[in-house]
Amino acid sequence: MTTVPIIELRNLRKQYVSVHAVRGIDLQIRKGETLTIMGPNGSGKTTMLRIMAGLDTPTTGEIRFNGTKIGDNNRKQIRNQATMVFQKTTLFNTTIHKNIAYGLKIRGFRKKEIHQRVNSVLNAVKLEGYAKRQAKKLSGGEQQRVALARALALNTPLLLLDEPTANLDPETVSIIEETIRYINRQNKTTIIVATHNIFQAQTITERAALLLQGRMVETGTVEEIFRRPSLTLASFARLKNVFTGNSRLLSEGTSLVDIGNGIHIETATPKTGRVATYVRPEDIILSRRPIKSSARNVFKGQITEITDQEPIVRLKINVGKEFLVQITKRSFKEMNLNLGTTVYLAFKASSVHAI
Amino acid sequence: MSEILEITLRTIHISATATLLATLWSIPIGSLIALKNFPTKQLIKSIFNALMGMPTVALGLILYLLLSSSGPLGSVNILFTPLAIIIGQALLITPILISLTTNALETIDPEIKDLARTLGASETETSLTILAEAKAGVVLALIASFTRAFAELGVALSVGANLRGGTRILTTAIAMEVQRGQIQHSLTLTAILLTIVFATTITTNLIQTRRRT
Repeated sequence: MTTVPIIELRNLRKQYVSVHAVRGIDLQIRKGETLTIMGPNGSGKTTMLRIMAGLDTPTTGEIRFNGTKIGDNNRKQIRNQATMVFQKTTLFNTTIHKNIAYGLKIRGFRKKEIHQRVNSVLNAVKLEGYAKRQAKKLSGGEQQRVALARALALNTPLLLLDEPTANLDPETVSIIEETIRYINRQNKTTIIVATHNIFQAQTITERAALLLQGRMVETGTVEEIFRRPSLTLASFARLKNVFTGNSRLLSEGTSLVDIGNGIHIETATPKTGRVATYVRPEDIILSRRPIKSSARNVFKGQITEITDQEPIVRLKINVGKEFLVQITKRSFKEMNLNLGTTVYLAFKASSVHAI
Repeated sequence: MSEILEITLRTIHISATATLLATLWSIPIGSLIALKNFPTKQLIKSIFNALMGMPTVALGLILYLLLSSSGPLGSVNILFTPLAIIIGQALLITPILISLTTNALETIDPEIKDLARTLGASETETSLTILAEAKAGVVLALIASFTRAFAELGVALSVGANLRGGTRILTTAIAMEVQRGQIQHSLTLTAILLTIVFATTITTNLIQTRRRT
C-alpha cells in the first residue's frame, strides 16, 4: 500500500503581474520527510513555501494536503496543520511567553498545557528562563530561536522554514539545525527548508530540490545531488574548487580523496567511496616559499590566470588540477605575483567540504 | 457642588462619550482602510486627512442647520442638549481617529499579518492582533481625539448654546467670561482646561513607557 503524501504540488504555477515566481512545479513530500529547497535569491523558494503554508494561492495547478485538494474554502485547514517560520524574524511586541503562546491560545489550549509547551520549546532552543523577557529586546539569533520555538510549540505535522539560519552566528546556526533534526526524529514532523546555503541541505535534510528561475531543475537525495554536482548546482552555489574522487579513511580519522593527476586532498570529514569536495577560494593560503604550517594540504603550482576584482584578486593556480585562490590586492602587490610565478598553496583539512 | 466643578465634569463626560462613540465606527473603518487593498484607498485616506482640519464652527453650523426645528433632523429634537454636542464632537474627531488609526496600523510590519495567519488565526483574529501590535499608536489616536473634542468651541456653541446647568462646558464658559470681561474667571477655567489636556497626555505616555520597559 502506498502512503498518501502529506503535501503534493501538481503543475503548480504562481504569477505576479507579468512575472512567473514558480512554474511547472511537481513535488510530493512524504510524512516525516525532510526536504531542502535550494536556490538563489528570487528563484521562487519563498513563493513555494507560502503556497504550501496556505498563505498564498497558486495561479494555476493543484496543491493537495493529505490527499485533499486545497482551495479557498479549506485553506484554513492547511494553516492549522502547517506552520511557516519566515526569513525575516517577525515577533509580536510582547513577552517571549506570549509570542509562543499565541497559536496555542488560538487553538484553545488550557493555561497549564500552554505553560508546559512554552517551557518545553524554550528548552529545545536553549532559551530556558527567557519566558518573561520582552521578545524584541533579544539579539537577532535569539529572536530567530524564539520564532522557531513558537512554530514548534504548535507541533503541526508540517513545518516550513524559510532561510532559518541566514545571517546568524555559528552557535545559533548549530542550535537551530540541531533542533530541526531533533523535532523531525522525535515528532516525525515533516520539515521543508528553503535555503541558498547548499551545505545546510546535507546537514539537516534527507532530500533536496534545486530551484532555478522558478523551475525545479533537480530533485533527489542529498547524496545523489551532491555526489554528482551538476553545473547548475555548482553555478548557483558559486562553488569553486569542486573536485570529485574516491575517498579512503586515514588512521587519524580524516579522509584522503584522490582527485586525479596524482593530487590527493585531505579532508576532516570521514568518508569512503565516491565523494565530491569543495574548497572555498578564500580558505586557501598562498605563499612564494614552501609553507610550514598546520595545514594538511600543501601544493606547488604556477599562476595561470589573474583577475583583478578590486579590492581582491582571484588567481587560477595549476598544481596538476586547477585551483581558484582569492587574496587581497595588497597581498597580491606585496608578493609581486605574475602569470607563471611558482607559488605554494595550503589549506586545512577542515576547510575541505566532502559530501 | 460648585458651578466650575459641574462644568468640568460635564465637559469630561461629553468629550469622553463622544470619543467612545467615534471609536465604535472609526477604529473598524481605520482598520479596513489600513489592512485591505482597494482602488480608492489613497483617495479615501486623503479625504479623511483633509477633514482632520475641519473648522469646528463650520461643522457646528452644518449640524445646527440639520438639527434646528426647520432642518431635516429637527424632529429628533436634540438641539441645545448635551447629546447634540456629543454627536457633533464625535463627528468632528472621526477623521482624526480614522487617519491616526490607519497610520498606526500601516506602520506595523506587514509580516505580522502573515505570522498571525500561519499560527492559525482567522481573519478577524489577525485584524485584532494587528490592532494590538499598533496599541501605542491607537491609544495616541484616542488621546488626540479626546483632547481635540475637549478643547473645541465651535460645535459646542452652535448645537449646545452654552445653557447654564445644561450644555455649558469649559470652552463655552471661557468664551462667555471673556465676552463679559471676567478675565480672572476665564483664566481659571482655561487653567483647568489645560491641566486636564496635559494630564491626560502625560499620564498616557507614562503608562505606555512603563509597559514597554
